[in-house]
Amino acid sequence: MPVATNTILICAGGGCISSGEESCLQALEKAVEKYALHDVVKIVETGCMGMCDAGPLMVIYPEGVYYQKLTPEDVEKIVSEHILKGRIVEDKLLDNPVSSLKTQNPYDDHPFFTRQVKIATRNMGIVDPMKIEEYIAHDGYFALQKALSMKPEEIIEELKVSGLRGRGGAGFPTWLKWDLTRKVPGDEKYVLCNADEGDPGAFMDRSILEGDPHSLLEAMAIAGYAIGANKGYIYIRAEYPLAIERLKEGIKQAKELGLFGENIMGSDFSFDLEIRMGAGAFVCGEETALIESIEGKRGQPRVKPPFPAQVGVWGKPTLNNNVETYANIPPILTKGAKWFSSIGTETSKGTKVFCLAGKVKNTGLVEVPMGITLREVVYDIGGGIPDGKEFKAVQTGGPSGGCIPKEYLDTPIDYETLKELGTMMGSGGMIFMDEDTCMVDVAKYFLDFSVEESCGKCLPCREGNRVMLEMLEKITEGNGEEGDIERLEKLGKNIMDTSLCGLGQSSPQPVISTIRYFRDEYEAHINEKRCPAKVCKPLIRYIIDPEKCVGCTACARVCPVSAISGEVKQVHEIDSEICTRCGSCIQVCRFGAISIVSP
Amino acid sequence: MAKIKSLDELMKIKEKAVKDIHMRDTEKKGKIVVAMGTCGIAAGAKDTLQAVVNELEKNGIDDVSVVQSGCMGLCDVEPTVEVIMEGSDPIIYGHVSPEQVTRIVDQHVKNGKVVSDLLVRKGEI
Repeated sequence: MPVATNTILICAGGGCISSGEESCLQALEKAVEKYALHDVVKIVETGCMGMCDAGPLMVIYPEGVYYQKLTPEDVEKIVSEHILKGRIVEDKLLDNPVSSLKTQNPYDDHPFFTRQVKIATRNMGIVDPMKIEEYIAHDGYFALQKALSMKPEEIIEELKVSGLRGRGGAGFPTWLKWDLTRKVPGDEKYVLCNADEGDPGAFMDRSILEGDPHSLLEAMAIAGYAIGANKGYIYIRAEYPLAIERLKEGIKQAKELGLFGENIMGSDFSFDLEIRMGAGAFVCGEETALIESIEGKRGQPRVKPPFPAQVGVWGKPTLNNNVETYANIPPILTKGAKWFSSIGTETSKGTKVFCLAGKVKNTGLVEVPMGITLREVVYDIGGGIPDGKEFKAVQTGGPSGGCIPKEYLDTPIDYETLKELGTMMGSGGMIFMDEDTCMVDVAKYFLDFSVEESCGKCLPCREGNRVMLEMLEKITEGNGEEGDIERLEKLGKNIMDTSLCGLGQSSPQPVISTIRYFRDEYEAHINEKRCPAKVCKPLIRYIIDPEKCVGCTACARVCPVSAISGEVKQVHEIDSEICTRCGSCIQVCRFGAISIVSP
Repeated sequence: MAKIKSLDELMKIKEKAVKDIHMRDTEKKGKIVVAMGTCGIAAGAKDTLQAVVNELEKNGIDDVSVVQSGCMGLCDVEPTVEVIMEGSDPIIYGHVSPEQVTRIVDQHVKNGKVVSDLLVRKGEI
């Protein structure tokens, strides 16, 4: 039997697919065909490798050489140079920020990888998600086997010792949720997985599902055994077709091996799953709205209590956890609760997966121990802010989270510290902002999202957020009045106090938190009609510096509204009345003569 | 496929899968490089490569990786095979036919003795 001498892992996570993984894969297959290497080269499509910014990514084993930003031509070259001739293609390697040299094996020396501790994402980018054997090779389904030999109480006790808390946002102790659901009497119970990942900029759940679907399936079966349920639902957004496909394939393969379905591993425990697709309403990530949606009703939150543990899907006791929470469970059982609780801080154990987005060099997916400081995430793992700009703030916890300014860069990240700072862990999205970001504009953006996604069931969220948004619009248009900040704070607090569900209760958070840390920016907008970051269009003007303008006409030619006048080799001028502040002129000016001013 | 009913059966699948995956691992004790340049291939390096892979498989050696390289510049003595074992100098063998591969794996890889009659060069090129 021929044995593969080179294994090529190509990242088939969503990020790499959208940056062209499929055409690279085709080129790879073609090149392998061309050089008749199919017996000795094994190609594996893996889940997300994490460094989405550098995609499409490819790793060649046995050397473990990591290639980035591939095109089909690069792939062809790598096959002919690296595979065939053993010469590493230097210019496609990752840059090592530490030594300024190119790095061949980033897992050993690139801080993006070395600073991570992978538990929930342990198999991502390593295993082939479409092959259950690869998951088993990495200790897959051993936790389920172990669980079936334990008493349900013992499993829950193990979770209690581990200190695992819900990774979907609120950080509720996972063991308690399991214990409550288990203790409610009833033969018919359900295990639910919330895979309705709706936060802009968060994609860890999708990546886990795409990269390691079996870790979720295994954990859900364990949960079923622990609480006494034989049926589960995965509620997943229809926007994640690849994750759905891999989950379905995973369920099929696990059933073939008797690891899922009837009489799992010869025991008398049976467990089966159904996949329910959501139609993309943000509120359906709220657990009671999600349950309504599974039942085929309109996705609107229910009044709590009763909690889903008592009255859930079809009125039966229901356990609901998020994808990342489930993905942590198999390693806790195989490696032990003590091992898990040795990672993290006093109140928050283990790791958290964060999605880095916005103004940061290494955008992508990282898993770090709880208690890591924001500075380490931004500068060591994230690689700092691009274009030599200054870090201004980071938005955590999705559209209803808050901002953390640079004064708190050294705060260790866990559930409690984030709450004290006026934000939340949320699902773990991190959107970085540099000095060019207007915080009022950011608050407006996130509030606009919450207004769009409000289900409309209760008044504070439906009408209150709309009023707040109108006030923010007024401020960014230069029509803010004295007392607007106080009105925003008061209304925001009322909405938070009186809304029914978690969405409404947290939706004014971006406004409240930006007022808390960047009150001066709000004041500049209102009192001076000035946007300090020069973002809000009604408050800025584009001007041409007559000293620098050489009259090349480049700006006048690109202006879509003909707001720029001037003869060839004469100084040009912008008519602010006509100018739409699109910024096209600034991009084409080679002399740096155009600048933005805010009075 | 047969259903898994016990820990042993699960373990069996794991062991087999680990073996398949192991080739990816970078933690190897050694490396065998088969020169697969045009000259090497013309001299029969494809068969040699296949023999190396088969021989390692037959002897259950999974901590030595097999790598292909281009022409080393020794076209005259192709097919060439370089054996790099941890802690000793790389050895280059020339005129390596599939039969000689058996000897190299047997003597050098398993027992650490250089097959002197095939030796082309010792040490880094």
